[in-house]
Amino acid sequence: MGLKSKDLLGIQVLSVEEIRLILDTAASMKEIASRDIKKVPALRGKTVINLFYEPSTRTRTSFEIAGKWLSADVINISTSSSSVVKGESLKDTGLTLQSMHPDVVVIRHAVPGAPHLLARLLKASIINAGDGAHEHPTQALLDLFTIRERRPALEGLRVAIVGDILHSRVARSNIFAMKKMGMQVRVCGPPTLLPRYVESLGVEKFLRVEQAIADTDVIMMLRIQRERMGAGLFPTLREYSKLFGLNVDRLKVARPDVLIMHPGPINRGVEIAPEVADGPYSMILDQVENGLAIRMALLYLLAGGQAANN
Amino acid sequence: MRILIAGGRVIDPANTRDAVMNVLIEDGRIAEVVSPGGHPAPAAERVLDARGKVVCPGFVDLHVHLREPGREDMETIATGTRAAARGGFTTVCCMANTTPVNDNQSVTDFIIDRARRDGAVHVFPIGAISKGLQGEELAEIGELIGAGCVAISDDGKPVMNAELMRRALEYSTLFRVPVIQHAEDAHLTGKGVMHEGRVSTELGFKGIPAASESVIVARDLLLAELTGGHYHVAHVSTAETVQLVRQAKMRGLPVTCEAAPHHFALTDEAVRSFDTNTKMSPPLRSSRHVEAVKAGLRDGTVDAIATDHAPHTIQDKEVEFDYAANGVIGLETAFGLTVSTLVDGEVLTLPQAIARLTSEPARIFGLPKGTLSIGADADVTIVDPAREWVVDITKSASKSRNSPFHGWKLRGQVLATIVSGKIAWELQG
Repeated sequence: MGLKSKDLLGIQVLSVEEIRLILDTAASMKEIASRDIKKVPALRGKTVINLFYEPSTRTRTSFEIAGKWLSADVINISTSSSSVVKGESLKDTGLTLQSMHPDVVVIRHAVPGAPHLLARLLKASIINAGDGAHEHPTQALLDLFTIRERRPALEGLRVAIVGDILHSRVARSNIFAMKKMGMQVRVCGPPTLLPRYVESLGVEKFLRVEQAIADTDVIMMLRIQRERMGAGLFPTLREYSKLFGLNVDRLKVARPDVLIMHPGPINRGVEIAPEVADGPYSMILDQVENGLAIRMALLYLLAGGQAANN
Repeated sequence: MRILIAGGRVIDPANTRDAVMNVLIEDGRIAEVVSPGGHPAPAAERVLDARGKVVCPGFVDLHVHLREPGREDMETIATGTRAAARGGFTTVCCMANTTPVNDNQSVTDFIIDRARRDGAVHVFPIGAISKGLQGEELAEIGELIGAGCVAISDDGKPVMNAELMRRALEYSTLFRVPVIQHAEDAHLTGKGVMHEGRVSTELGFKGIPAASESVIVARDLLLAELTGGHYHVAHVSTAETVQLVRQAKMRGLPVTCEAAPHHFALTDEAVRSFDTNTKMSPPLRSSRHVEAVKAGLRDGTVDAIATDHAPHTIQDKEVEFDYAANGVIGLETAFGLTVSTLVDGEVLTLPQAIARLTSEPARIFGLPKGTLSIGADADVTIVDPAREWVVDITKSASKSRNSPFHGWKLRGQVLATIVSGKIAWELQG
């Protein structure tokens, strides 16, 4: 069994079986990362292009390392140093790349649907590494993988996602993924940072953090972006931190074994206190590590095929 | 030249006529509309057999963008009016947001001259409300009307300044022309690209709340009441707008409005395709709003169907959704969408639907069109409301291809369009 589509454009289009397949494949990939020599020939002769229209450290690096450990040739294109600055359209960039016969193009873009546009134009497999506030499927998959390592039965788990839900692709992909896996999702944040129709996604809405995180298995904090302040969506980081920041005091209402997650990069002392980020139940660094396994699994499933059996 | 349109079902809402009749056209005017029984059919150089078809006044579109002058790469008066003829429209009113803006007599003169030379149908220009569509000072409205403009509008942009809107409505009473508002609060819309609702929440697009349109309509209705000016809402898209206009009409205010076919044929669900041809202003709304627009058409709150035909180049549409231009072409699909959605959906009867395309738009803008009265310009459209066809946008007469309806199977096809007694277009086969 494999994935139905040539592309990974979002969680919403995946079936539960496909999600399980990706997580299970990632589990065997994680073993490779623990080896002394971290290289397998699965994608030898395959080309992976990282096409990033937005700045990224962890996702781009993660895809690059994942590709290299599978022996693919990985090329990074950052749009600040390419013909995009000369005004080349996404369509033309896509068609140009297609002529270079890549097997996978990993794209991050500020506009929802940009990976879908590329997927229609290119024969290569497209992986969505974040499209605006729409989806960030590999993040949601690595989050599920991280949760599953600690809580093997996902169904019935209760998760609170706290922060800027409105602008968060991580929130959307996680909501789609978690709902598919039978988990209960709560969202919490200032009303101005919750989509007006957020409950239509099948989540419960909370305005008080204490209520949102009580009796949950997982707390997922989202990064708060400074530029939202200028847009008048909340007054100051100080007030945000006071009302919504996760600190030791606030955490007392949560279960003692609650898992704390954050997609990074974190604002220490704003949405999450240092003691919490570095605390015993913080999964933040596990998430980064598992990101490699998830991305290896996806590159393998989309581009690998038979070669990997060697 | 005499043309006889023989044996068709004549639907002429302006004369409350719906019967099998012969229509005789002579010297560009309607000469006779008579029952075929009793006396012999008059001699004519050309006889169009309309048996089993519907003969009606040529459609009147209150809202098109012909892009000339300035953006002849998107559309010209020649191509836009040919698309109109194919869609059964014999009269179009073209918006002022050309380059340069139609905010002075010389641009109006140019459009009228060019339409006389190249146009396949009648063209009535709409002048700008404000100089350069800047929303700051009034354009020379008197001169625009004198040159032939039939209404004023900054369409494409809202008149955000309430004081300017007040003065425009007030000043317009001097000429008794409608003031057309593109109702949209620029601040509430912000960088929004689609309707704010369930779909935008899932897709992560910045939403445009329904209130963005309705708050401006609410404000302007108070100003219409204050001034007595004729206020016309372009492309209504929300339930609240329809309700506000309905209440204003009940209070007897001089208020009219139009709806575009894409706003009753599509919902925001279509945006899930990420097809940039589903991006327009106002945006495709959720089904609650679409149903309200239909209800408005049914009870007459919405006076007219107008296409908001808005051609754009391929390169302006084949980009990321946020960066794509707003708007779709609509002249050639309007009748098919009206029949398939409104008549088949039992929102309107066929005569009511034809009224919304002919007599009603002509009446509210005071145009001597949309009628088969004896002596009127012989603008006639022959349609087959039962015939099914598949939209092939690559064959459009428009220069542009930005339609979300490519490949749609529609019922209701235009067979022939006659403009001032000349056959402007005829379906082959």
